[in-house]
Amino acid sequence: MTVTSKISGWGGYPKHEAQLLMPPSFSALKAEVQKQKTLIPRGMGRSYGDSANASVVLDTTYCDHFLEFDANVGLLTVEAGITLREILKVIVPKGWFLPVTPGTSYVTLGGAIASDVHGKNHHIAGTFGQHVKSMSVLLGTDDVVTASPEENVDLFQATCGGMGLTGVIITATVQLTPIRSSYINQRAIKTDCIESACEAFEANSNATYSVAWIDCLARGKDLGRSVLMLGEHAVSGGLELNTKDSIAIPIYTPSALLNRMTIKAFNGAYWYKAKHNKTQSVPLMSYFYPLDAIGSWNKFYGKAGFMQFQFVLPKADGVANMRLLLTEIAENGGGSFLAVLKQFGEPNNNLLSFPIEGYTLALDFKMTTETIRLLNKLYNIVSDFGGRIYLTKDALMQEALFKRTYPKWREFELIRQKYGAIGKFSSEQSKRLGLA
Amino acid sequence: MKKVLIIGVTSAIAEHCARIWATRGYELYLVGRNEERVQAIAADLKVRGAAQVDSHCIDLNEMDYHAALLNSAESTMNGIDTVLIAHGTLSNQKLCEQSIEEMLAEIRTNALSTISLLTLIANRFEAKQAGTIAILSSVAGDRGRATNYVYGSAKAMITAFTSGLRQRLHKSSVAVVTIKPGFVDTPMTAEFKKGLLWTKPSSVARTITKAIDKRKDEVYAPAYWWGIMLLINSIPTKLFKRLTKK
Repeated sequence: MTVTSKISGWGGYPKHEAQLLMPPSFSALKAEVQKQKTLIPRGMGRSYGDSANASVVLDTTYCDHFLEFDANVGLLTVEAGITLREILKVIVPKGWFLPVTPGTSYVTLGGAIASDVHGKNHHIAGTFGQHVKSMSVLLGTDDVVTASPEENVDLFQATCGGMGLTGVIITATVQLTPIRSSYINQRAIKTDCIESACEAFEANSNATYSVAWIDCLARGKDLGRSVLMLGEHAVSGGLELNTKDSIAIPIYTPSALLNRMTIKAFNGAYWYKAKHNKTQSVPLMSYFYPLDAIGSWNKFYGKAGFMQFQFVLPKADGVANMRLLLTEIAENGGGSFLAVLKQFGEPNNNLLSFPIEGYTLALDFKMTTETIRLLNKLYNIVSDFGGRIYLTKDALMQEALFKRTYPKWREFELIRQKYGAIGKFSSEQSKRLGLA
Repeated sequence: MKKVLIIGVTSAIAEHCARIWATRGYELYLVGRNEERVQAIAADLKVRGAAQVDSHCIDLNEMDYHAALLNSAESTMNGIDTVLIAHGTLSNQKLCEQSIEEMLAEIRTNALSTISLLTLIANRFEAKQAGTIAILSSVAGDRGRATNYVYGSAKAMITAFTSGLRQRLHKSSVAVVTIKPGFVDTPMTAEFKKGLLWTKPSSVARTITKAIDKRKDEVYAPAYWWGIMLLINSIPTKLFKRLTKK
């Protein structure tokens, strides 16, 4: 008897009937991969769209053990199903931090690699994959191989950012970053339009962390008004880490609560409340993971769910093009409580890795048919500007646009073929994008 | 620093209790059947901060070895403060209805092997007048239901047995903590449709470790199952027997 349940990504759209496999050990996991014709690995299900949706889904979250942690040099080896949150509980008190972290600690390490995630320090540290020393990958051929920047380099570059389509990441070794405090010194810089926001990024490119909250409903001369948050690791305050459990939101709130009025009011209040050039010391957890304090904030968008839209535009003409896109969004959008702007540094060699040098913007849209229409339009504008969409947040991209904006897809497919992944690892997203 | 013996550590609930204790720097002795998994868990607990982790792989249905197992744990850790007994299988009810052999095997694993261990541990703790014994029973043991009464009756035996044991050991300052988890989302229950009442093992483990810290008697995990079971137990049998799925 096969039991299926309805699964979806963090955005709650689209939903898919899936058989969920939960192997409790590596050998059980290997047996499942052997047995199934085709499947996709899944961690915490925090990618937003359908990249971890498939008819057979391999839940890796019970293969979540630490293997080794050398606190002298900051080398950590873990099973890939472990969450960044669990890792932080062990490493921060010993004076180490993740070299790169996304905006939630509730992702698995395997997911962080498969999405080649970036953080507020991309301009300095690059993506997560750039700090992975080595990993072991279970292939569609049943072999387990090592992939690293030295060994099976092609597999390594396809797996970092490969959306789980090359094999199952079993273990990984990561080089951590030393810290002397579990606090961040944060400084806010208020800017009154998109041009000055981008200038502020440029002027502060030596800051370790930088990210801007942006008011995506402000129009005209206020368009793109932002609060740029700079961060540096503090040197005092101790290494204690507060990882209290989040407040759970057990039910879906009526999505009508999120409308143009409430969002506009929220964003306006946020902007006026922010204090220019004020430095304050904030705990790591609230600096990096503010939304983790609220259990399932995705339920605020109601049962229909939402879509997160994240794109990057190349630096050349980036500011002017960003203004055009923001205008489009402000004119049409249902808008978003949280819109985030970030400057990306140099790209890496991973084949489907998202970042290119330029500006990235991420924002949420409540799921409606109007949203789909708008996003399809925005996708095309982004592509025309030479930019691309983040696969981890996508549920809409069409094959042609994907292949145009991720030109290394051919090489990716050749490597998948070489390592026996074709036909074995496949998601709803990979099918849509025309990957075999 | 406490010394804890964890029997059936590959159960997701027991493993998450072990993680909490490792973070507190406890000394742990792990018992399980699957060597690969016990080794992985042991390495994990060391990284999480356990002062010392030792392990022993054994099929707990081999009851002749129970005394030797306890000796080994006691001598390795130089004493035991707390025991958590968590091993078990989720019986296949349909199979148990057709095969007496299958049914008795389930009773052996889920009830007899546990009370064998309980008897030995109780005598040792009674002699030293100290210790905490925690056992995973189940809400399924509160009232037999058509869908899983073999598993349920094994757990009912554990609940009744530990209730008596608690009375007996009270004057010896030994605590007996009977834990009744509700629906927990683990690999053991992978085949079930999950609804609102399902809980993650990490959250159940927090309830359990707190109950052990406070040397409580009987706890439901999560606590709201107390209310649910009160309701279920109050349904008259005349009505209850009709409440089956078609």
